[in-house]
Amino acid sequence: MASFLDKLKKQGPKVARPKNKVLSVQQSEANWTKCQSCSAVLRKKALEETLGVCPECQHHHKITAWQRLEMLSDKNSFEEWDRNLLSEDPLGFGKEYLEKLSKDRTKTDLTDAVLTGRCTLEGREMAVGIMDFRFRGGSMGSVVGEKISRLLERAVESRLPSVVVTSSGGARMQEGMLSLMQMARTSAAVRRVNEAGLPYITILTDPTTAGVAASFASLGDVVLAEPKAIIGFSGARVIEQTIRQKLPPGFQTSEFYLEKGFIDRVVPRDEMRDTLARTLALLCGGYLDEEKGKERK
Amino acid sequence: MSTILEVEKPLLELEGKIRELREVTLTGQVDLSAEIKQLERKARLLKASIYENLSGWDRVQIARHAQRPTTIDYLENIFTDFTELHGDRLLGDDPAVVAGLARIEGQSCVVFGHQKGKETKENLARNFGMPNPEGFRKACRLMRMAERFGLPIVSFIDTPGAYPGIVAEERGQFEAIASSIMLMTGIKVPIVTVVIGEGGSGGALGIAVGDRVLMLENSVYSVISPEGCATILWRDVSKAKQAANSLGLTSEILKELGLIDEILPEPLGGAHRDCEETFQTVKKAITKNLHDLSRQACDQLIESRYQKYRTMGRFREASNSEI
Repeated sequence: MASFLDKLKKQGPKVARPKNKVLSVQQSEANWTKCQSCSAVLRKKALEETLGVCPECQHHHKITAWQRLEMLSDKNSFEEWDRNLLSEDPLGFGKEYLEKLSKDRTKTDLTDAVLTGRCTLEGREMAVGIMDFRFRGGSMGSVVGEKISRLLERAVESRLPSVVVTSSGGARMQEGMLSLMQMARTSAAVRRVNEAGLPYITILTDPTTAGVAASFASLGDVVLAEPKAIIGFSGARVIEQTIRQKLPPGFQTSEFYLEKGFIDRVVPRDEMRDTLARTLALLCGGYLDEEKGKERK
Repeated sequence: MSTILEVEKPLLELEGKIRELREVTLTGQVDLSAEIKQLERKARLLKASIYENLSGWDRVQIARHAQRPTTIDYLENIFTDFTELHGDRLLGDDPAVVAGLARIEGQSCVVFGHQKGKETKENLARNFGMPNPEGFRKACRLMRMAERFGLPIVSFIDTPGAYPGIVAEERGQFEAIASSIMLMTGIKVPIVTVVIGEGGSGGALGIAVGDRVLMLENSVYSVISPEGCATILWRDVSKAKQAANSLGLTSEILKELGLIDEILPEPLGGAHRDCEETFQTVKKAITKNLHDLSRQACDQLIESRYQKYRTMGRFREASNSEI
């Protein structure tokens, strides 16, 4: 497997040292970026190669669904499902909302907040869903609910394991109660996957909160999470207002929920592919002939 | 909380005036019966127009009314033999969710619901009806028991939402809600849910997945509180009224969207205006629905429940050329 990590190891981390370089303003804006956590100045290209992980402080920046797909699937194995499902404005929130949807479509090359389909990972077929925070904060409306439900139903039909990567602030308010009901709908679909005896793995990334956390995200047979992702039901601001005190540092992070027993493992991004492939293989059973490195059923 | 709605004020003023005129007539000095009749007619029309045109925000006020009947009122007035059971068998007992066994028209069943208090002291004890994870887990425990003994389930919904506290989060509020929702989608006995007051988001849905979801006319059910919505969308909590009217949280809108099954009519002005009448309406509706559901085979019940939730959503399937 030639992952980005191997490349990284060969080349070493590309930490930018722009001090001595003379750059025009335009060039510097185009080529350089700052780590959102430690403020280290980084080359955009370098950050892309580490898939958004800061080489200085290991902060995991949000990445796009497409980058995530590349990281978790075999090259050219992806077949997208249900790209033609589009959100409407069922409660009449107005033009502004519709414009935001259309802008986000252009920005993300996605038609809603989740990308779904089938692909292979280390040769193993799987159904995959990946949320993208850039699309309306990864909020779950009817389309997200429908795509996740269809994904899980197809996994049952084709007897595939399924993997869902979450990144969402919760329900899409502009769809009102239609969006709340997606929690019931997706959870019902997870139950069918459970009953079919098929593995369902979730990967929680920053942030996974409210309606998505309280439905398909936390229902994985195995729940993995990226380091320092914010996870939880209520938002920090709401809790602080309710209890009228500041929250302790590290509250509602992956590490916090690992300690409290609600997720199985915190996995750094550069280890996610291997961890996922190995966990899937273990869950799918079968016998691994270690000498030949080949799996038998 | 005020017990009088803003929109009711002109009606109450008018009713006061009628009372005054009656008193004057009673003293026998002047006969004002013609005027009284005219005013009474005016009051009737006003009453009808006020309660027919309640906005989302008015409904929120009625649904949160301090005198509105709560879960325990229903358990005590329309069920017999209510026997409360406590604890989630894992950590504790959540007073914001009452649960137990009871009979309705002779049929024994498992019951649970959010419990608000009627005054401050009781409200503090009940955490204003906002469950901690233990509340959802207690409900789950009772649902599994219901399934084991083939008892139907009746749940009552009346909560501002799941409790947003440090300890609640620490004990996995999100996991408790998700697990409870998933359990309800597959439990192999009939489930009837009645929204009696406030249906606050995930905290409500956590115990509100049912074969039949009934809603009292003036109760509300919402993805987020109007205050929360206003804060997030417009960063201004004073726009809660506008949010309430945009969120589509009334029984009529939810029925139209196919998210609830039945609207239960309330006495004019709200359930608290005539509790006895409300109890009878709710009792009849639960009994009828339980009876209908009891005739379905178990597999069919689960399949219809799945299909019912499966079709909830509004979206467009675009042609390939469009995307």
